[in-house]
Amino acid sequence: MYQIEGLTKTYTQGKRTVHALQDVDLTIADGELVAIQGPTGGGKSTLLQMLGGLDRPTSGRVRLAGDDLAAMDDARLTRARADRIGFVFQHFNLIPTLTAQENVETALVPAGTPADERARRAQAALAQVGLAERAGHLPGELSGGQQQRVAIARALVKEPAVLLADEPTGNLDEATRDDIVGLLEGLWTQRGLTVVMVTHDSVVARRAQRRLRIAGGRVSEV
Amino acid sequence: MFITYLRRELRHRRKQTAVVAAGLAVAIALVMVVSSVAAGVRDAQASVLESVYGVGTDVTVTQTAEPGADGGGPGRFDFGAQDGESSDDGATRELSQSQLGLARGTASFDAAALDTVAGVDHVTDAAATLTLESTSFSGEMPDPSQATDPGQAPTAGTGTADGADGGPDGAGGSSFQVDRFTVTGVDPAADAVGPLTTVEVADGRGLEAADSDAQVAVLDAQYAAQADLAVGDTVTVGDADLEVVGTVTSSSGEGVATSADVYVPLAVAQALADLDGQVTDVYVAVDSASNVDAVAAAVETALPDATVSTQSDLAGDVTGSLSTASSLVQKLGTALSVVVLLAAFGLAVLFTVSGVNRRTRELGTLKAIGWPRRRVVGQIAGESAVQGLLGGVAGIVLGGVAVLAINLAGITLSGSSGGGFTFGGPGAGGAPGGTDAAAQGAAAGPGGGGGPFGGAAEAAQQAVDVVLHAPVTPWVVAAAVGLALLGGLVAGVVGGSRAARLRPAEALRSLA
Repeated sequence: MYQIEGLTKTYTQGKRTVHALQDVDLTIADGELVAIQGPTGGGKSTLLQMLGGLDRPTSGRVRLAGDDLAAMDDARLTRARADRIGFVFQHFNLIPTLTAQENVETALVPAGTPADERARRAQAALAQVGLAERAGHLPGELSGGQQQRVAIARALVKEPAVLLADEPTGNLDEATRDDIVGLLEGLWTQRGLTVVMVTHDSVVARRAQRRLRIAGGRVSEV
Repeated sequence: MFITYLRRELRHRRKQTAVVAAGLAVAIALVMVVSSVAAGVRDAQASVLESVYGVGTDVTVTQTAEPGADGGGPGRFDFGAQDGESSDDGATRELSQSQLGLARGTASFDAAALDTVAGVDHVTDAAATLTLESTSFSGEMPDPSQATDPGQAPTAGTGTADGADGGPDGAGGSSFQVDRFTVTGVDPAADAVGPLTTVEVADGRGLEAADSDAQVAVLDAQYAAQADLAVGDTVTVGDADLEVVGTVTSSSGEGVATSADVYVPLAVAQALADLDGQVTDVYVAVDSASNVDAVAAAVETALPDATVSTQSDLAGDVTGSLSTASSLVQKLGTALSVVVLLAAFGLAVLFTVSGVNRRTRELGTLKAIGWPRRRVVGQIAGESAVQGLLGGVAGIVLGGVAVLAINLAGITLSGSSGGGFTFGGPGAGGAPGGTDAAAQGAAAGPGGGGGPFGGAAEAAQQAVDVVLHAPVTPWVVAAAVGLALLGGLVAGVVGGSRAARLRPAEALRSLA
């Protein structure tokens, strides 16, 4: 799914230059469930942003199914994110003024999906994560675990090829964490998704098919 | 989704939405009020001008008296020792004398100017008038032959006498009055333009084409009432007694005086004032508003000594509270509107940018899941535009209520026009042309402070009172909505461009 070659990302913080990623070479196969671990500031989230086309590398290539995300213009990169990549964030990042169903529907807006089809698919996605009956609730009316389920439904409703999860259980208690990880595992199995998950939690990481460690901007297999 | 998201956001931020909309509403209401009042003042000015210059007059041609030249106004009243009739007791003599001449500050010019003006391209009608002032003296003066010292004989117009005895009061005093009124000679056949276009016959008849040489007069109804004259009576103009054939009122409004007290055929006025072939004003109608300036320029070229004024020039000559209102609206009102509008726009921008900053994670997330930049910007701009529209609607309601209150208050503005035209009533003419009627009326004529001149009060009535009606036109409403929308869009563009600059990774990182 991904072929990464010579990926480098540096940025400045004040007068300091930070080498978040240094000459990373990595291949992630289709359908893999990969966990990325490492110390804070080691480059985990930066790598995930490069994989998701949220940021551009300083140098190197990030090929997604053969297309170099680093070489795409903004419009194509936006299109790639809209069609092929699903995101799940540590803080859920739901729109507070929209209901669970409407939040899920936001992922179908860029594709121009008609309203009725959007609603139907959003309801189906919510049913898949076990929240069909909470479709009309605002995020503030849902628990953390439920909010993350909504976020997962939003990521998957467009049927992406890749799911990128940045600390998906970082804000959850253990029981909820296990639920969410179980949900992700189930969806990965059912859909044959490629899942790349950044986590601090070794319990979560151990459930991945493959584990990577990133420190000082360099990636290594665990 | 756009509408749902927009509605939810605005409802979620009710306070911010209300503040932005209220700010815009106040600004829009102020713009509406200023625009409406300005239009009302313009209409009032047009009313004043019409009442003075007539409907349809686009250009007027006059000639100002040269300094030092005979600029009109009453001359001296000279009486010989044997003039008048002696009273029964021989102490006083009853004297009367009437003068008819140009009003002070005006000058006459050759009536051939009318043909010159009529020959200019785009002139559809032209009419000439001769504006005169009649001043009459009547009263009792001590008989000079009875004075103990002939050198102490009173001079005409002083209003006092130093004779030790004699006079109406038996102590050498005098009792007399100076009566004055304006006389306009008009061509009875030219009714398309000129002062008679804004009068309506109140009694009797108006001047007709057959009256061109007739010894007839038409009176302003207010003047007729003050002078106790009616149809069938005679009015003395100069040395002639003219038959009053009708009275007229102004079509500008009830109680509004017309531009002159007495209207006579032009030829009669010229003969009585010994100004054959002379006129003081030429009224010109032009075929199109766009040609007015060109016609004015052509007339100035053709008549280099003349003063040529367009309606817009004349509007500047309107004085009185109308002038004050106009100045207030144009200067203070406009400045205030601009300041409040800018403040409202600034407020809208500030709140929108602040809202975008608070929603950095939200907007970054939308970008991350594939919302294109234009969609995100459109969402922010849409929210701002709706806030603007809400403000616009509230502003229209607020402004409408304010304008309604102004109209219901029935504010009366008083206006008069100068610029070399004299149109004052009885008692007018003391000051040079270009002063307002009240000032003219207040100025005493010869005779100082003696007799019952009846000047100021009557002259004040010659100023045109107009009730301010501030219209709310579709243009004003459209402009209000447009401004509100503009305010919203300016805020939306500023806020949206800030949102557009957000890179999704930065947006997510900043709050992660």
